[in-house]
Amino acid sequence: MNLIRRTVLGALAAMPLTGLTTGISLAQDTIVLGEVNSYTRLPAFTEPYKKGWQLAVEQINAAGGIDGKQLEVISRDDTGDPATAIRIAEELVSKDGAVLIFGTFLSNIGLAVSDFAKQKEVLFLASEPLSDAIVWSKGNKYTYRLRPSTHMQAAMLAEQAAKLDAVKWATVAPNYAYGQDAVKAFKAELTKLRPDVEFVEEQWPPVFKIDAGSTVRALEAAKPDAIYNVTFGGDLAKFVREGSLRFLFEDRDVASLLTGEPEYLDPLGAEAPTGWIVTGYPSTDIETDEHKAFADAYMEKFGEAPKTGSIVGYNSILAIAAALEKAGSTDTDALLTAMEGLIVESSPTGPFTFRAADHQSTMGAYVGKTGMVDGKPSMVDWAYADGADYLPSEDDAAALRPTE
Amino acid sequence: MGFYFAQLLTGLANASSLFLIASGLSIIFGVTRIVNFAHGSFYMVGAYIAYTLVSLWSGSIFGFWVSVLLAAMVVGMIGLVIELTILRRIYHAPELFQLVATFGVVLIFQDATLAIWGAEDLLGPRAPGLNSAVRIMGEPIPEYDLALIAIGPVVLLAIWLLFHKTRWGVLVRAATQDREMVGALGVNQAWLFSAAFVLGSFLAGLGGALQIPREAVSLQMDLSIIGEAFVVVVIGGMGSVSGAFVAAVLISVLNAFAILIFPQISIVLPFVIMAIVLIFRPHGLFGKPGSEKGAPEEPDQPLALMDQKSAMVLMAALLVLAISPVFTADFTTVLMVDVMVATLFAVSLHFMMGVGGMVSFGHAAYFGVGAYGAAMAVKFLGFGMIPAMIFGPVCAVLAALFFGWFCVRLSGVYLAMLTLAAAQILWGVTFQWQEFTGGDDGILGVWPAKWASADKVYFYIAFVFCIGGIWALRRAAFSPFGYILRGIRDSQTRAEAIGIDTRFHQWMGFVLAGGFAGLAGVVFAFSKGSVFPDTLGIALSIDGLIMVLLGGIHALAGPILGAGAFVLIEDWVTRLDYWRFIFGAIILIVVLLAPDGIAGGIQRLLRGLKGGRA
Amino acid sequence: MTNVLEVRNLSKSFGGVQAVKDVHFDLKEGEFLALIGPNGAGKTTCFNMLNGYLKPNAGSVSLRGQALIGHPPRKIWRMGVGRTFQITATFLSMTVVENVQMALISHHRRVYDLFSRATRLYVDEAMALLELVSMQDQAGRACSELAYGDLKRLELAIALAHEPALLLMDEPTAGMAPSERLALMALTAEIVAKGGVSVVFTEHDMDVVFAHAHRILVLNRGELIAEGTGSEIRTNPLVQEVYLGGGSVFEAESAHA
Ligand SMILES: Nc1ncnc2c1ncn2[C@@H]1O[C@H](COP(=O)(O)OP(=O)(O)OP(=O)(O)O)[C@@H](O)[C@H]1O
Ligand SMILES: [Mg+2]
Repeated sequence: MNLIRRTVLGALAAMPLTGLTTGISLAQDTIVLGEVNSYTRLPAFTEPYKKGWQLAVEQINAAGGIDGKQLEVISRDDTGDPATAIRIAEELVSKDGAVLIFGTFLSNIGLAVSDFAKQKEVLFLASEPLSDAIVWSKGNKYTYRLRPSTHMQAAMLAEQAAKLDAVKWATVAPNYAYGQDAVKAFKAELTKLRPDVEFVEEQWPPVFKIDAGSTVRALEAAKPDAIYNVTFGGDLAKFVREGSLRFLFEDRDVASLLTGEPEYLDPLGAEAPTGWIVTGYPSTDIETDEHKAFADAYMEKFGEAPKTGSIVGYNSILAIAAALEKAGSTDTDALLTAMEGLIVESSPTGPFTFRAADHQSTMGAYVGKTGMVDGKPSMVDWAYADGADYLPSEDDAAALRPTE
Repeated sequence: MGFYFAQLLTGLANASSLFLIASGLSIIFGVTRIVNFAHGSFYMVGAYIAYTLVSLWSGSIFGFWVSVLLAAMVVGMIGLVIELTILRRIYHAPELFQLVATFGVVLIFQDATLAIWGAEDLLGPRAPGLNSAVRIMGEPIPEYDLALIAIGPVVLLAIWLLFHKTRWGVLVRAATQDREMVGALGVNQAWLFSAAFVLGSFLAGLGGALQIPREAVSLQMDLSIIGEAFVVVVIGGMGSVSGAFVAAVLISVLNAFAILIFPQISIVLPFVIMAIVLIFRPHGLFGKPGSEKGAPEEPDQPLALMDQKSAMVLMAALLVLAISPVFTADFTTVLMVDVMVATLFAVSLHFMMGVGGMVSFGHAAYFGVGAYGAAMAVKFLGFGMIPAMIFGPVCAVLAALFFGWFCVRLSGVYLAMLTLAAAQILWGVTFQWQEFTGGDDGILGVWPAKWASADKVYFYIAFVFCIGGIWALRRAAFSPFGYILRGIRDSQTRAEAIGIDTRFHQWMGFVLAGGFAGLAGVVFAFSKGSVFPDTLGIALSIDGLIMVLLGGIHALAGPILGAGAFVLIEDWVTRLDYWRFIFGAIILIVVLLAPDGIAGGIQRLLRGLKGGRA
Repeated sequence: MTNVLEVRNLSKSFGGVQAVKDVHFDLKEGEFLALIGPNGAGKTTCFNMLNGYLKPNAGSVSLRGQALIGHPPRKIWRMGVGRTFQITATFLSMTVVENVQMALISHHRRVYDLFSRATRLYVDEAMALLELVSMQDQAGRACSELAYGDLKRLELAIALAHEPALLLMDEPTAGMAPSERLALMALTAEIVAKGGVSVVFTEHDMDVVFAHAHRILVLNRGELIAEGTGSEIRTNPLVQEVYLGGGSVFEAESAHA
């Protein structure tokens, strides 16, 4: 036993030595971007996202890079654990020489990395996490967020929901911060537009563990006029199936967050509900030149239609490229200055800005209804909702942020 | 009235699903004493295979049921292969060691499934002929739910017949009750074990396959079911199949009604029920005394102090670690802090499991309470770093005092599961109580004080706390307190007979281990700057368990080796594609090469080398 | 002579089985008492009630006037009752001497000491106890390697660590060679003779019983059926009946004695 201890502790002690050899070895002609995401935990959402940013990097580099420098993304799997994400972020910055960090999907990992960015004074572009806290209650100088937030998407749905006759609403949402934020925002926005609505039932199934039959029955028992759904992924499939078996959706309006995104809609196949009001991304139907170019290149490269993650990944790189160009440097201070009010003139989803007051981008989402086209679930009657219209004013938003 | 009856039926349908998977788990544990983490993977793979088969036969009633059975059989065969190639070789390893192997299998299956079926959820067809709802007392009830309600009892009956009317079944029951006796009767144990494992896997596969008409097949299926399956097995009593049935009904029906009143409860309900059952019935509803014990095993060797030479080498190694920040990069320093935190955590768990003989599946609770205690002290009480670092472990000690009081009343797997319940309940409260704990958005901004914020300075703080903690626990292991704790593990009877208050002593051992886990949590919190409910979660508890078992539970160096290897291998391997597969494979290789853990393996290697030279 | 132990109406049943029924006896200071009976007679159950592992259904036990019933084993141990087990109970992951040290550590109330080295405490006392049972040569061996007879001797050393007033020995010589048995019991008798401790032991080997016991109690199906010296017991017809065909066994054994 003594021998083992000796050997192992020797080996342990020798470990940090590895750090000696791997100093920062940066080629002059590349800009390194650090990227973390939950690739193994949530591959269904992060794989398209990865393809999206890969495509953008390839296109930018083919066009000569940024100021003649090629972009290089070092991408790592955070294993779904915030602590691991932080260790990786540290390594990306201090060993790999990343000039900024982007990525993350889960809100808690987004928050952990944003706090790390603040502490280590490095720019972080939170690509995918939806949590409002990232830019508002826990926002900081170093963190920007691209994707339209929970609040924005809930507000988009509330606007449509307000046009319905429904007065009695029931909600169903996964029992964690995202679900709670989404219900709170929807209630607030809908009540603002329609003071006469009342919320008669709330269901909070654990995320990815919904007991769909019982949940459906509990909702049914409340006899609501309409239902607001926040469940997604496997929970959504179960909910839809049990709900339609038990006629929950018969003669009822449903407003459903994110359900129009191909990641969530496609797996429902022939059983996808029709007529639900949803936010999402009708990826193959968007006819703008920018989007067509993007979608074609994506199809060409990966042999499949882009998904929401793809567009988020793609736009992340566009935003970063714009910031690098505007800053003319990879210095964090210069980048931070560039990010304030940064305008991305042209993207597949149209132009968007990063608001100086709360660091939220105005990238929007598509709002429409679910339907069946050629036997495949798709979004119909959709329109692009510009994120800027669903955000509080910059002054109000700034007041939501902690004072630094 | 009709409404409540329908709700009851919904609960019963869920109960059948849950029972199928739990029954297999219970049979496997009862006969082989393996705590099979891979059971959820079997369930998931059963569902994927059934999805593929059902899609091929689309629409035919016959095709659907044949596909379901075929899928279950294939899973049974997969179970057989795993049993023959891996588990069979390690039945004589220390208690619970097989759990590490099944953990490796889980990792491999996750990536294999991803590679074969892709990342997207797959929604299979509904069951042909059972694809709509009928009205009972005016309420719509899915036909397939009714089918499931029937299938559960039918399977229970089939198992009952198998166990009571066949020679094999009688042997299985005998093995469940008294392993030595079956061995003594000259029954071929290996064959019995394989058969039980195949039956268990088959049932898991069947459970998965029967979910096709209810839910989308997804990569989360394995881990989302396994916790609940264990809870059902434990509530029912380890090894009792009818107990599992009753427990499944209890949990599912209670859940169906509870969410009408308090929808948030689902998250912890099974664990709350388990905790209550275990407090009043320490062997579950139908478990027999003794059902919690693992396979009989060789006793530990006596502890030996280091000789002078090794002590010198150890001091030198520590010295190198101590001066390492001077000549290494920041990120290596950060990684070393992670290694030290994991090591202290593993050593504290080992103190409880290895020294104290109390297996914990929920040790992260005290790590998390320590981390949260410190974070909240900073946020709400305005504590500085060092006071918060003292406050955290105090919180962990208090939590361990409370939960430990209940836990030490049990033993074996039941004790382990009660620690898990405690951890899950704490996790649920932390997750749910947003105003106070921040929910899953956690608590941010728990960074070290200004003077300590440089990575290298913080390294020394971590060094002092972690190495100090490891030293203190080692010291405790050699102290009268630690020796007596080991004595209680060896023979509670003898300990009582020399005047030891065994329960109180174990309670204090639990608290000491919890306190040091809390210390690890505190160092962790300040190194990451934020805490989230994950710090109390099952995943971290399992990681700790793997570190201790993989390192070698019978050696004090075990957790140190295990934690170091685990963190460093994980850090390296996650850079690769399909790293879970690789990590799982590495774990299996280690398990097969060193069934006594890394410490034991190295010891044998050195002995071999010495022998070779001599 | 005063009574060390007074047992009155002690009864215990397990479900339907009346394991011990109305057992009643005294033990005098310095006495060496044998409790015999066929398998399943209730001897171990009696011991378990005397030192707190089992709660009797009825009856009382007093040790030098102090009531024992209702106290847990550890309290009864502190009151001065030592115990060895029919199925040996030792700390298998420790060495022989460490086993004895544990008893000493407990006796000296050091069990919550977190900083001393356990193996350095009370070494001399432990070695002296081992010497008493002639185990000093095996002091450093792992307990798990010991022969069964040696474990029995170790148990005796452990049981003597707190200088008990009463020692309960459950089949102390099971698993030993005949010569070893007599030696061990001779040793025990010597310890008793030195004073301070009284012993109750159970035993199946009649040689051992008749050779050393001052007095013998015979238990059958939970009831005391006879009490007396060796020769009284040997000739007791009830006892002979219980030990079916045992009469001849006794005769044969008496030839040895
Ligand atoms: N824990 C228990 N539960 C149920 N029955 C028990 C228990 N312990 C003992 N018995 C029963 O009580 C009776 C007396 O058992 P005990 O062990 O006291 O006998 P014994 O005289 O020590 O026998 P032996 O000479 O075989 O050691 C037996 O019938 C036994 O089966
Ligand atoms: Mg006995």
